[in-house]
Amino acid sequence: MNLAEKIKQKYSSMVLEATAIAGGDPTIVAKKETIKNLMTALRDDVDFQFNVLMDLFGVDYLFWEEKEKRFEVVYNIYSISKKHRLFVKVPVKETDAALDSVTDVWPAANWFEREVWDMFGIRFNGHPNLKRILMYEEFKGHPLRKDYPYNKRQPLIGPMH
Amino acid sequence: MTRRNGDRDDQEIVVLSLKEKRSMLLNVGPQHPAMHGIVHITVELEGETVTSADVEIGYLHRAFEKMCEQGPYNNAIPYTDRLNYVSPLINNIGYCLAVEKLLGVKAPERAQYIRVIMSEISRVTDHLTCIGASAMELGAFTVFLYMIKAREYLYEILEEVTGARLTISYARVGGLKSDLPEGFEEKCRKALKETYKILKEVEALLNKNRIFVDRLKDIGVISQQDALAYGVTGPFLRSTGVDYDVRKAQPYLVYDRLDFDIPIGEHGDNLDRYYVRMEEMHQSIRITEQALRDLPKGEISAGDFGRVLTAAEMVDQAKMGQTGDFKTVEVDLDPTLEGTTKRYHDDVYSDDKRVSLPAKEDTYGNIEGLMNHFKLVMHGHGLRPPKGEAYFPVEGANGELGFYVVSDGSDRPYRVRVRPPCFAIMSALHKMVVGEMVADIVPTFGSVNMIGGELDR
Repeated sequence: MNLAEKIKQKYSSMVLEATAIAGGDPTIVAKKETIKNLMTALRDDVDFQFNVLMDLFGVDYLFWEEKEKRFEVVYNIYSISKKHRLFVKVPVKETDAALDSVTDVWPAANWFEREVWDMFGIRFNGHPNLKRILMYEEFKGHPLRKDYPYNKRQPLIGPMH
Repeated sequence: MTRRNGDRDDQEIVVLSLKEKRSMLLNVGPQHPAMHGIVHITVELEGETVTSADVEIGYLHRAFEKMCEQGPYNNAIPYTDRLNYVSPLINNIGYCLAVEKLLGVKAPERAQYIRVIMSEISRVTDHLTCIGASAMELGAFTVFLYMIKAREYLYEILEEVTGARLTISYARVGGLKSDLPEGFEEKCRKALKETYKILKEVEALLNKNRIFVDRLKDIGVISQQDALAYGVTGPFLRSTGVDYDVRKAQPYLVYDRLDFDIPIGEHGDNLDRYYVRMEEMHQSIRITEQALRDLPKGEISAGDFGRVLTAAEMVDQAKMGQTGDFKTVEVDLDPTLEGTTKRYHDDVYSDDKRVSLPAKEDTYGNIEGLMNHFKLVMHGHGLRPPKGEAYFPVEGANGELGFYVVSDGSDRPYRVRVRPPCFAIMSALHKMVVGEMVADIVPTFGSVNMIGGELDR
């Protein structure tokens, strides 16, 4: 039984599916509502010990027919002691693009979540400072969404004072 | 002393300043000689002590991830050069490995060894720049000049192999742009020897240098728990005593066949980071020497070639069916296509027709090669990985550099996500500067080795 299946068995109420991405990297699809509890559990569980949040990012599946929900937030977590890696995908609806922040679980999530908000417009509830990180405050829209044209121009903004 | 109306009472001001805490808000950057690249740190000072710090990034955002989605897979390679522009080869190779994982192809063995050699040389150039620049900021200008001299030896090697110093675009999905030039091994060994000498010189200058050590020791300390919680990787994490290195933890290319050590520190301060980086350069030289020793010989590059034809002559003869001796013909190309002839191509490029462009002799000389070429470069055709996603981490100079590529089955990547190693470190920077003196921001920030291109993408 691989890692993803083990986790699905143990946390079946919070995990929807155990799967894998290319190369067989273990991946789980998790429920949005309980994501923070699941992450806390995965970090503290002695069997898994996922102590590092390597990456957190979004994917916009606007043009994919098989995806019910438009967005997916992907957590890339790693365990230094156990040397295993897990991808946790969370499908997020466009109409309710918000999920719980994991900043309390790993402080690393702070900037990564800000980037997801900036690029995709997905909100993180309970984030201490959810503002744009790479774009400027006056920027309109969320550039990595598939319906944002790559060559769109926005007006120049002057100095604030 | 007579006092005029409206004069302020000096005595009163003194009393006031003793009663209330006075803090000063100081903007470091965005344009500041010690802020490599552009980054903005707002620090609150009390006297000379930093009481809070706010790091603001994004000044160098060039929509890397968005632009990767706009063109075919190979079009993203020049963009990856501009991520970490001090060690662009590692980004190149990381991206190609991710796409190769998605496709399920492997580069030939010789290409894998060359990729290791190039990655390690890049790691040395990156660490040289980092240490050189931070030593210069502390007044050790000699060290900067020495290290840039050493970097120049290595850049010359890279230039000879890739054709450029910075914007190298050397790796391809399925292999490399071209094989090594003649006489490479000897030149590379010589450059490494020179670099080694300079490292020894620098160690003699810095390791027991009172000014240098006092400025770094116990400054910018981060605990192991904090470093892990903030997702810090690379030399930064290793300076706190964690031996996490992607080359050992999840070996890729041929790293599992090479013998090297992972240096670790214990205090997690600036001095340990300096030591870790210095020792890593020695290890990289060691890896490169082993890879040079084990580098498999190319079959084709050593083979016999008969006639040399220009591209136009070759196409004309092929049209008339005069292809009798084309197996041994070498085509004379425009310099911009250097490296795409059989001699420099077939040993280092996958023979999987789905991914690799044929050698130019085949493109010009036979219909199969021509068709193969056009199937790969025509709009809407090209390299088409199956639907799905792949993540490939490599050990960048600053830590784990990972590419997560999503494919929708078309010839363009649906999404390319890069995990920039210094993004995580920068998000922990405020932890390290708070409580220190304002002058300590410079060495601490220098040890982060922030690379704007990779941080802001």
